[in-house]
Amino acid sequence: MKTILIIGAASAIAQETARIFARDNFHFYLVDLSLERLKIIVDDLKVFGAGEVYYNEMDANHFDKHDQILKDALNKLGQIDYVLIAYGTLANHEEIINDPEQIAREFSTNATSVILLTSLISNYFEKINKGTLAVISSVAGDRGRKSNYIYGSAKGAVSIFLQGLRNRFGKSNVKIITIKPGLVDTPMTAHLKKNFLFTSAETIAKGIYNAMMKGKDVVYLPFYWKCIMTIIKLIPERVFKRMNL
Amino acid sequence: MIELNNYLSWGRYPKYYPKNVLHMSWRNEKPNLQNLDSTVLPYAFGKSYGDSCLNKDGYLVDIKRLNHFIEFDQINGTLKCEAGVTLDKILKLIIPYNYFLPVTPGTKHISIAGAIANDVHGKNHHINGTIGCYVQEFELLRSNGEVLTCNEKINSDLFKATIGGLGLTGIITTAKIKLKNIPGIFIDAEFIKFDNLDEFFAINYESEQKFEYTVAWVDASFPFGCNPRGIYIRGNHTAYKETKKLQHKELKIPFPFELKLMNNFTTSLLNSIYYNKQIFREEKKIIHYNKFFYPLDGINNWNFAYGKNGFIQYQIVIPIEDGAFVIKDIMKIIHQSNKKSFMTVLKTFGDKKSPGLMSFPRKGITLAIDFPMDGKETLEMLNRLDSIVREVGGGHYPAKDSRMNPMDFKRFYPQWEYFSKFIDEKFSSSFWRRVSK
Repeated sequence: MKTILIIGAASAIAQETARIFARDNFHFYLVDLSLERLKIIVDDLKVFGAGEVYYNEMDANHFDKHDQILKDALNKLGQIDYVLIAYGTLANHEEIINDPEQIAREFSTNATSVILLTSLISNYFEKINKGTLAVISSVAGDRGRKSNYIYGSAKGAVSIFLQGLRNRFGKSNVKIITIKPGLVDTPMTAHLKKNFLFTSAETIAKGIYNAMMKGKDVVYLPFYWKCIMTIIKLIPERVFKRMNL
Repeated sequence: MIELNNYLSWGRYPKYYPKNVLHMSWRNEKPNLQNLDSTVLPYAFGKSYGDSCLNKDGYLVDIKRLNHFIEFDQINGTLKCEAGVTLDKILKLIIPYNYFLPVTPGTKHISIAGAIANDVHGKNHHINGTIGCYVQEFELLRSNGEVLTCNEKINSDLFKATIGGLGLTGIITTAKIKLKNIPGIFIDAEFIKFDNLDEFFAINYESEQKFEYTVAWVDASFPFGCNPRGIYIRGNHTAYKETKKLQHKELKIPFPFELKLMNNFTTSLLNSIYYNKQIFREEKKIIHYNKFFYPLDGINNWNFAYGKNGFIQYQIVIPIEDGAFVIKDIMKIIHQSNKKSFMTVLKTFGDKKSPGLMSFPRKGITLAIDFPMDGKETLEMLNRLDSIVREVGGGHYPAKDSRMNPMDFKRFYPQWEYFSKFIDEKFSSSFWRRVSK
């Protein structure tokens, strides 16, 4: 039976993705901030057909906990085949823009902690010479914009880090996958007016599952964000800097 | 700040905005309702047409993310899940095990809690009644923080008041429903054209004996539409096995903008196309359940086709013996007012009683008509229709309503005062304030 470790398991996208893995009778190790929330997810995944579901609480900003969680997951699952890192925070950009402590915290949550976890897990995969690690980055990391460059630069750091890792493991069986969702209708975006560019967490989840099964490299979800971001990246900086995007 | 434009109703009329929206995404994390400075109403997908899911200048509690399953008993055919789980999600889970919803309305993109709070009905009402007949238990969060288990035995008065209670008795957090066995995912369907209401009633009489699902689509824009033509649709579940040809690919056509496409000309055209695409008088085919039950779900936000001003669905129930002449009178007024309607539906209700105190369906015939909201003209015409409905003791469906007069509400739901004793002191809706005036 295959196993998956999900960090940030209570996020809307992670929950939907986990349900798909549950239909394949995966064994799970779920990590998030709240045990109470995880208990609810355990029942849900069982209904969908999950095998054993273990869970544990962790604040990813407590870097010293990372190793312990990975060891516990290995202990419970025996072996880890797939890992999904799905947590993140989207603070109100305007509110934190002049607050160094908040900026540092956002960066720690969305970038530093993800990079450290990714390093740790990829070392494990290297040791067993297999494994699939998918990390949810964002299209926001493709180009800095005035409306969200704190979140964007953290996601950008993650994307570049993953690119490096992918290169390091390019000739091995270890798959490193960068997931770049566009606008997703989740609690994270409750303050935005919904329009046709928004996608459901369920649709994104299908894309993540497919990417993990096929061992893709970089995946924009839905696919058309690749075109949108290609165009956005092509705009010359001297034009872009005057734009309202 | 939450974007309030995401919190309108399906008809997009009236445009009543809440003061703010709270989220309840985990059943063990209760929002603090007691200290709010205004009233509260639960909200999920906003598929109620009028103002029954709106709370102008008050608070809404968004329960969309209260969407976890709790237990699926595959042997006894029961399902326990959280309030915001959609009928779509339920079907996807249970169909592989040959289960189906005992009752389903014309869209599957609604929450189970919303289905209970409106005690929804479907094409099988003449046999199976409403969803309320299959609710075994639910948990109800009251504004004082209490979570009450409600079923036929425990808190049974609150149980009955909450079924069809329009979200006013508290927030349903979890629900347990009885499912129904089916032999397969296909429907053995028949489509029969009728030329007038007499034919409709004759086909209907015969069909109700032999078919679990019956409904009729009416061409309300046909030039001689006072005695309208239409297509009678009936079907049963079938054990027919899946083939490649019948594999249903679910369409998801996005309708991104509010753009008024529905006017008298396009409506007549659509009606005519719908009627004439069936060549033979009778057609039999085996079709996927999605195509049979949820034809409109293939277009996301089809309500945007009514433009910025939105639309009104007028749904009434009247005694069957008055059916023919009342419907003819209604059609006459619609024609005189030169209003065309695309989705016009006729269906007879049976006499299976729901536990719901405020349930809409009762023995008779129900008619549902969609009208673009063109301001005063539309409202005046609907007032004229009301007087016909009133005369025969008919009534309106709160889930679709945005304009019925309080007198009519109180006449058709004389139990409203008794019901109001069960309303949570912190709860209210724009609909309730309007009709209980």
